[in-house]
Amino acid sequence: MSLLQVENLGVRFHIENHTVEAVRGVSFHIEKGETVALVGESGSGKSVSALSVVQLLPYPRASHPHGSILFDGEEMIGASADHLRKIRGARISMVFQEPMTSLNPLHTIEKQIAEVLMLHRGLSREAARARALDLLHKVHLPDPETRLKSYPHQLSGGQRQRVMIAMALANEPDLLIADEPTTALDVTIQAEILKLLQELQDEFRMAILLITHDLTIVRHVSDRVYVMTEGLVVEEGNTEAIFSNPQHDYTKKLLNAEPKGQAPALDETATAIITTNDLKVWFPIQRGFLRKTVGHVKAVDGISLQVREGYTLGVVGESGSGKTTLGMAILRLIGSNGAIHFNGQAIQGLKSNEVRPLRREMQIVFQDPFGSLSPRLSVFHIIEEGLLVHHIGETYDDRRQMVANIMAEVDLDPVMMDRFPHEFSGGQRQRIAIARAMILQPKFVVLDEPTSALDMTVQSQIIDLLRRLQRDYGLAYLFISHDLRVVRALSNELIVMKDGVVVEQGMTKDVFENPQTEYTKALIAAAFDVAVAE
Amino acid sequence: MSEAIQTEKTEPRFASILVPEAEDRLLGMRISKLARRRLENFKANRRGYWSLWIFLALFGFSLPAEFIANDRPLLVSYKGSLYFPILKAYPETVFGGDFETEAEYRDAFVIEMIQKEGWMLWPLVPYRYDTVNYNSKEPAPAHPSWDNWLGTDDQARDVVSRLLYGFRLSVIFALILTLFSSVVGIAAGAVQGYFGGWIDLIFQRFIEIWAGLPTLFILIILSSVIYPTFWSLLLIMMCFSWMRLVGVVRAEFLRARNFDFVRAARALGVNDVTIMWRHVLPNAMVATLTYLPFVLVGAVTILTSLDFLGFGMPPPAPSLGELLNQGKRNLQAPWLGLSGFFVLAVLMSLLVFVGEAVRDAFDVRKTLSPTEGGEA
Repeated sequence: MSLLQVENLGVRFHIENHTVEAVRGVSFHIEKGETVALVGESGSGKSVSALSVVQLLPYPRASHPHGSILFDGEEMIGASADHLRKIRGARISMVFQEPMTSLNPLHTIEKQIAEVLMLHRGLSREAARARALDLLHKVHLPDPETRLKSYPHQLSGGQRQRVMIAMALANEPDLLIADEPTTALDVTIQAEILKLLQELQDEFRMAILLITHDLTIVRHVSDRVYVMTEGLVVEEGNTEAIFSNPQHDYTKKLLNAEPKGQAPALDETATAIITTNDLKVWFPIQRGFLRKTVGHVKAVDGISLQVREGYTLGVVGESGSGKTTLGMAILRLIGSNGAIHFNGQAIQGLKSNEVRPLRREMQIVFQDPFGSLSPRLSVFHIIEEGLLVHHIGETYDDRRQMVANIMAEVDLDPVMMDRFPHEFSGGQRQRIAIARAMILQPKFVVLDEPTSALDMTVQSQIIDLLRRLQRDYGLAYLFISHDLRVVRALSNELIVMKDGVVVEQGMTKDVFENPQTEYTKALIAAAFDVAVAE
Repeated sequence: MSEAIQTEKTEPRFASILVPEAEDRLLGMRISKLARRRLENFKANRRGYWSLWIFLALFGFSLPAEFIANDRPLLVSYKGSLYFPILKAYPETVFGGDFETEAEYRDAFVIEMIQKEGWMLWPLVPYRYDTVNYNSKEPAPAHPSWDNWLGTDDQARDVVSRLLYGFRLSVIFALILTLFSSVVGIAAGAVQGYFGGWIDLIFQRFIEIWAGLPTLFILIILSSVIYPTFWSLLLIMMCFSWMRLVGVVRAEFLRARNFDFVRAARALGVNDVTIMWRHVLPNAMVATLTYLPFVLVGAVTILTSLDFLGFGMPPPAPSLGELLNQGKRNLQAPWLGLSGFFVLAVLMSLLVFVGEAVRDAFDVRKTLSPTEGGEA
């Protein structure tokens, strides 16, 4: 008998007076000690299916019209609250995507881990402490004795995820449900966490249900894969079989979605549109009553770069490396020191009303398409705003026509211009954000992780769009990303940043083929080797 | 990018149809789906929804108080011509009297003169808030009777008329006070939250000191210096009531100023005032609107209590607080206290119920469907 047997599961959400079928008849099973992946894009119903297993959906708004979930032979749907509580956290544990919000910010690590142990096992405080320490050792948290007294905000993202895993393992569960456990983490840390999970799986003999959109991870760690879309499992099988011989069209599409191609090498004679010389952004650290400056956080520490007309400069680095700060500083959106030249004109030190006319020619596209569009303005108003600021387009009708044209340009139907952002999907919203920047006909665009928040298939579409716009209009891009696969597809030139300084710089091709520093090698290994290793 | 997008690109991939879709409209204004859902939530709270209508009906009824309760006739016909005493003051000589002053239409002699040559059409209640009923058969305060439906107060003025005018005055006072203090409060909160830093720090300390001032004593002292009128009272109270919204608005602006869409607007070159108005304020309005009905209730209460203590509107202004005070002084005439209490209780309850419904309408848990909350 399987450890977990899900048969024909359906999940329905009741919203006001209509219902949404989030999951429509999904079946899967997990054996003891096995790793099974549910793969799909956002909205495919994979998380909802997993949450149903532990009955953590917002009942009674959610309901199961049909199906059964047998955990170790016992039915979970409709089980008593008491019964579920004994299973949750004891026999089935969960690790969530966002390690910051999954930990209570007001309690120490010790208290949070010990709570699980005292609750489910009735351990004394002393015993719980010893066990917590043991667990932190197991998840390779550095210096666990002092970490026990730390609060979540004192740990890095990867360390927090380790703590979350320690908590999940506290009661030696039979099944660990990991919902996008590495999505919020840097690539090098992702690899470590995955390795840790595998180690622990062997040690504890537990099964893992891995929910993810990232095929690289799936190929790396799981035994069997279920591919989900629109609430249905469209393909299932052994990982190897699925990757080497996908049957269903959707699986093929998913596998082909990885950004392909490589940008050509740079023409060294092209004119530089942006030049910085020893650019610095230092945030002062102030202490004491008189706010004396005791030191600086050097977010960007002496960076000199050139972005050439019609070409893309990629900026790669992990979170906290200062790459976003660099982009903001070049656009004069935050204060900085050091020369910045735009089109031959020195823009460092210009007053804000002197910079305003230049804003038309340098634009930015942000990472999060959900946060970067004003939720209370219609798409027309969002895209139109730049025209109003720069007094382009005489009449309302002119501006409507321009907005319609630019929407068509980014493959959005202009008929939708009076709708509001929440009516659009993530990819469509990113297109709106791109349209907002492009309607001003800029010469230089900062792309701050424009694809990171999107599904794989959408990512490659957006990259194609960005490429086309660059080709048609000779745009210069500063492309900021932590995802090396995307960077390789789009950038001609590359700088690798770490702790505010450039550790490596050169043509994209050269950097990828012949990385000079250990850091770059580690980044490339994490992004590409993971997929082929083991 | 070339000029192509604006000029040559007349053949886009989509037929460039610019006909806006049929949209959801309320009172002629375009409203979003979210607004519609909030409206539905508001309506779903039956008690609040009906309270709003009852309140609006009562307020609407009290607005033309001059035409409902007045000591001048609506219409006078005298020797074939029509007169409108409510709108215009006519001297007594017009109706054949002796005095050059305005006619006393309630005077038996005047009535007799007019009715000899024509007729008079009286409002529903033939008393204004300050009309003294000299014809009362019993000493003031007089019992409820056919003449004075809720009796008269201790100065022989009709209670119904005073309630009607008093209700209108209280509500208008509260509305104006709420409006002005919201405008000031939102502006102050917006500036503090948006700019942060030193501006925020200094303003916050100022507000802490200002909020520490004993409002009631200052009002008492000021009312002995300044002759209290509707507008002077409003001004003084506004000085202290604007702080209620500052905290909420400031918090919303502090949160929103680093949102990506605000940064995107900055990158477009939009100036600060426009960003605050167009991008941040709409997000802060949810929290603010939720507060407003309760601010309104607070304004009614404070005016009533000042009137009750005798530091409010000068006599003979119609005031609910003053009526309550009379009720306290004339316990033998319970119709004074009871009717004042009843009107106030109804007014406050209605406003609180409306406030609860508004709060429900803006409740995130009710307006967001689960699929919008996260990945489904």
